[in-house]
Amino acid sequence: MFKKILRILWKDIVTEFRTRELFSAMFVFALLVVVVFNFAFESAPRESILQAAPGLLWVAFTFSGVLGLNRSIAIERENMSIQALMLAPVDRGGIYLGKMLGNFVFMMVSELLIVPLFAVLYNFSFSARFGQFLLILVLGTLGFSAVGTIFSAIAVNTKMRDVLLPILFLPVVVPVLIGAVETSVRTLAGEPLRGMMDWVKILIVFDVIFITTSFLVFEFVLEE
Amino acid sequence: MDQAILQVPNPMLIKITRNFFYPLVILFPVSLYMVFVYAPEEETMGIVQKIFYYHVSAGWVFLLAFGLVFLGSVAFLITQRQVWDTFAASSAELGVVFCSISLTTGPIWAKPVWGIWWTWDARLTSTLVEWLIYVAYLMLRANVPEPTKRANLSAVFGILGALDVPIVYFSIRWWRTQHPQPVMGGGGYLDPQMRLAFYVCLLTFTLLYFFMLGRRIELAQAQETLTSLKRRWARK
Repeated sequence: MFKKILRILWKDIVTEFRTRELFSAMFVFALLVVVVFNFAFESAPRESILQAAPGLLWVAFTFSGVLGLNRSIAIERENMSIQALMLAPVDRGGIYLGKMLGNFVFMMVSELLIVPLFAVLYNFSFSARFGQFLLILVLGTLGFSAVGTIFSAIAVNTKMRDVLLPILFLPVVVPVLIGAVETSVRTLAGEPLRGMMDWVKILIVFDVIFITTSFLVFEFVLEE
Repeated sequence: MDQAILQVPNPMLIKITRNFFYPLVILFPVSLYMVFVYAPEEETMGIVQKIFYYHVSAGWVFLLAFGLVFLGSVAFLITQRQVWDTFAASSAELGVVFCSISLTTGPIWAKPVWGIWWTWDARLTSTLVEWLIYVAYLMLRANVPEPTKRANLSAVFGILGALDVPIVYFSIRWWRTQHPQPVMGGGGYLDPQMRLAFYVCLLTFTLLYFFMLGRRIELAQAQETLTSLKRRWARK
């Protein structure tokens, strides 16, 4: 089972290396959000920009994530490759986990590239407690891809297609967004992890609940 | 064949709730009397406080309705019976209606009492997020024409959305308690007359919900019957 899941993940990574469309779209879009926000915040004092910065980053990650999630499932629909995937000797939950890990990896890579660019553009330092920040990044992104993978598979079956994904996705990931922003703000202010264990727990609980439930119900989404 | 199409698959709920009509005809005027005449006027808030009776009742009903969407969704995925999908969908529609009532009566009360229409307080914010989740549920349903697929997809969303509700609630509560917030009006104490009036409103709204749920399911089944009859007619 585990090997099959990694196979699906590997297939996505190979496809991505050959086309580079998913990653480039996500990265450029996230960068655009960061740049556009600069104009929105132009008249704000520097201190308030620094306070809003982690929130801004997560907004950029969320929106570029939606873009990537849509593309990732649309690729499967083109040429009916989803049918081939369903014929593969792996149960539906396995397909979910494979796709979910793929989305997670692509989101993580584009986020890790945006962070240093953001630091340069906004003259901001992430070096204090970077490991802690990385942990939050992983937990938050895992939550996004857990919900996003199954919702993108739902949205692709509707008449509205990709337009529906943000409408389904955004209200449900509100806890991840709150938890990630809250912990990021405090981490970047130099607070140790011990003081925010409640938030870390809520992120972990969210990830565990949504990964297991989606794993169990994914077969009802894929049925043709 | 004709029998199978015209059969009502869930007669119990429909039959029982149909009987709620006459109690409701009596209860609504009674509840209005209780609210405006029987219950005393609140000392500091005055007449505005009267909205509390219907506001909280609607709040209870939308939580009940969303809970039943979850039950209906789980039951559908297990049994694959159309009735449960209809049940969940009808409950979601009513839940959104009652949630909207809660979200609109709240600000009408808040403006004179707090001086603002809206504040990003824990309960208000989580109610708004829940409203958005179930509006998304209805939009999802509206965009899948094929019935079996619609039922499966919306059941999955109904389950994941419902699991999200407690996490949303707690995360927003923790998030807000870490910030200063406006003092919530009113303590835990309720005047006995006010309490009785409140219970009457609660009963009225709950009965209204079940009455409307039964009618909505009946309507959905009539629609299904009509479509299948049309389809058969077209084939002949």
